[in-house]
Amino acid sequence: MSIARRGALWMRLAQHLRDGPGLAAVPEAPRRQLEAALVTGSSICRDMISEVQRLQQALAKLPERCVLLKGAAYLCAGLPAAKGRVFGDIDILVPQHHIGEVEGALMAAGWISHETDRYNQRYYRQWMHELPPLTHVQRGSTIDVHHTITPPTSAFRVDGASLLAAAVPAAPGSALWVLQPIDMVLHSAVHLFAEGEFDRGLRDLLDLHDLLHHFGGEHPDFWPRLFNRAQALGLQRPLHHALSQITFWLGDPVPATCRDQVLALRPPWLPRVTMGWLLGTALRPVHPLCHRPGEGLARWLLYVRSHWLRMPVHLLLAHLVRKAWLRQFPTRPARPASTDAPATGV
Amino acid sequence: MVSTGPFSFRLTSPFDSVAKGLSLLYGRYPVEAADVYADFAVHIDRGAGLRRWIKPQSRFMFDGQPVFEPLPEAHAYPLLEWSMNWCISAHAHQYLIIHAAVIERGGRAAVLPAPPGSGKSTLCAGLVHRGWRLLSDELALVSMADGLVWPLCRPVSLKNASIDVIRRFEPTALFNRVTHDTTKGSVTHMQVPPAHLDAMHTPAALRWVVFPKYLAGAPAKMAARSRAGSVVDLARNSFNFGVLGTPGFERLCDLVEGSRCFDFSYSALDDAVSAFDQLASAA
Repeated sequence: MSIARRGALWMRLAQHLRDGPGLAAVPEAPRRQLEAALVTGSSICRDMISEVQRLQQALAKLPERCVLLKGAAYLCAGLPAAKGRVFGDIDILVPQHHIGEVEGALMAAGWISHETDRYNQRYYRQWMHELPPLTHVQRGSTIDVHHTITPPTSAFRVDGASLLAAAVPAAPGSALWVLQPIDMVLHSAVHLFAEGEFDRGLRDLLDLHDLLHHFGGEHPDFWPRLFNRAQALGLQRPLHHALSQITFWLGDPVPATCRDQVLALRPPWLPRVTMGWLLGTALRPVHPLCHRPGEGLARWLLYVRSHWLRMPVHLLLAHLVRKAWLRQFPTRPARPASTDAPATGV
Repeated sequence: MVSTGPFSFRLTSPFDSVAKGLSLLYGRYPVEAADVYADFAVHIDRGAGLRRWIKPQSRFMFDGQPVFEPLPEAHAYPLLEWSMNWCISAHAHQYLIIHAAVIERGGRAAVLPAPPGSGKSTLCAGLVHRGWRLLSDELALVSMADGLVWPLCRPVSLKNASIDVIRRFEPTALFNRVTHDTTKGSVTHMQVPPAHLDAMHTPAALRWVVFPKYLAGAPAKMAARSRAGSVVDLARNSFNFGVLGTPGFERLCDLVEGSRCFDFSYSALDDAVSAFDQLASAA
């Protein structure tokens, strides 16, 4: 239970057990906690639906398409990856030349940037593919506004316009948009294998696994189109790592007819084996009970790699030094959090 | 590994002050074997990096990661109690959890909701030594399944002037060492009267909702208040009302429907005891 909670998987575990053998099969003490987890899961889902509706209202007057990404997209499209998910921020994709208008509309509706550090503002707006997070002044929900799915300076840069052009409605008749299935999968792969954050690594891997099985089953030409799109967008490596890690942890999802195309994705031997080891180690649950030697090093190397991929060397070094300095000497002194104030906002 | 009411906690810490506090306050609680499933594992660890030695800190670790900002090492024991409260209020959604004291007499429970500083803990600490059983001083657990209030039966937290008030009121009461300079001032915990521990797993039906307010120099006064307003105020004082959604609202309404609701102002504990005695005998 502790490992599942830490990896944001405990609600998924509860749903999986409920829908499978049934919770009655679980001993009483953990069963109570799983039942409570189901309550939390419903609540988070409700809140997310409500926030997406408000987002829709805030952006209703803008002519340009706003595409939902990740968790919000899975939920609105009714995908299996939404089941038991711990939703956090809402991620959206908008055209780059309209990002100012979108930010303005969101600010008018109460979502503002709390990022006061000028360096961080510049980091996001100049180098990254997204604005600093916008947080709602009352409700505390957060929206991440992207104009593409990878940094423009990245080795895996992707043109946001081609993703937007191929977007599809979340559900028949819905006013909400999501990425087309093959782009959703590629986004998930590039997020996990180029971003360098593995706190929810196993969760992200399971998302990808769910997406592949769902779309693979629903669309007969899904796999050939996926490989072609990876080629067109230059995302062969992230897709290779995604498929090899999923095969390692969860079983091979690729149909036998596509073997050749899987092999065509493979990078040269040395990076392939090194990344295979690093990712296999980093994707283990982040928890003291699961700790194995080398995990810290693997995650750190992948973290550095993710920055290496996204920024030129001279900027990278300055950025990492600054981050390390601020970690040791934060600009704001730490304050004890209030520990017993009940939730307000009836 | 200790059981308090419906929860089992695995409590670990390198700090002596935590061990001493636990031994004093939880010495008579049911203890489980170390390999039994614990609902929550609370680890009060030393500070990270240099803060282990320089101006040493204590941190609450849950699922292997810190939950709050670190506190000074001297606050380790109160941090343990606050952490145990957090575990329950953040996870135990099989209950509607209200920030309130709960006491019981004759099988009927009185819930005393109040924001911090309104004197509910002092009132609670006094009443449990005058014929009322302690269910909780901080977290009222209303079962979503059966609507009864379930005991937590943990030591009563007291602060600042209340500590001396209760020491004078009940000289036999046992207290842990006082921790000074916390965000709430000086804080300590009072041992639960041993007889109450025997009833740790006995719930009670809610009969009274009493909103206490300490007013210096005021006589004890119990004034009836509206049920509808009480539902709103109880919801405001609840940790997980939002999470529970409609079932939580319905449970709360059922709860208040069968109860009598009061505003209670007082200054002297003895007057308060008489007022509550009258409440209990008025059926």
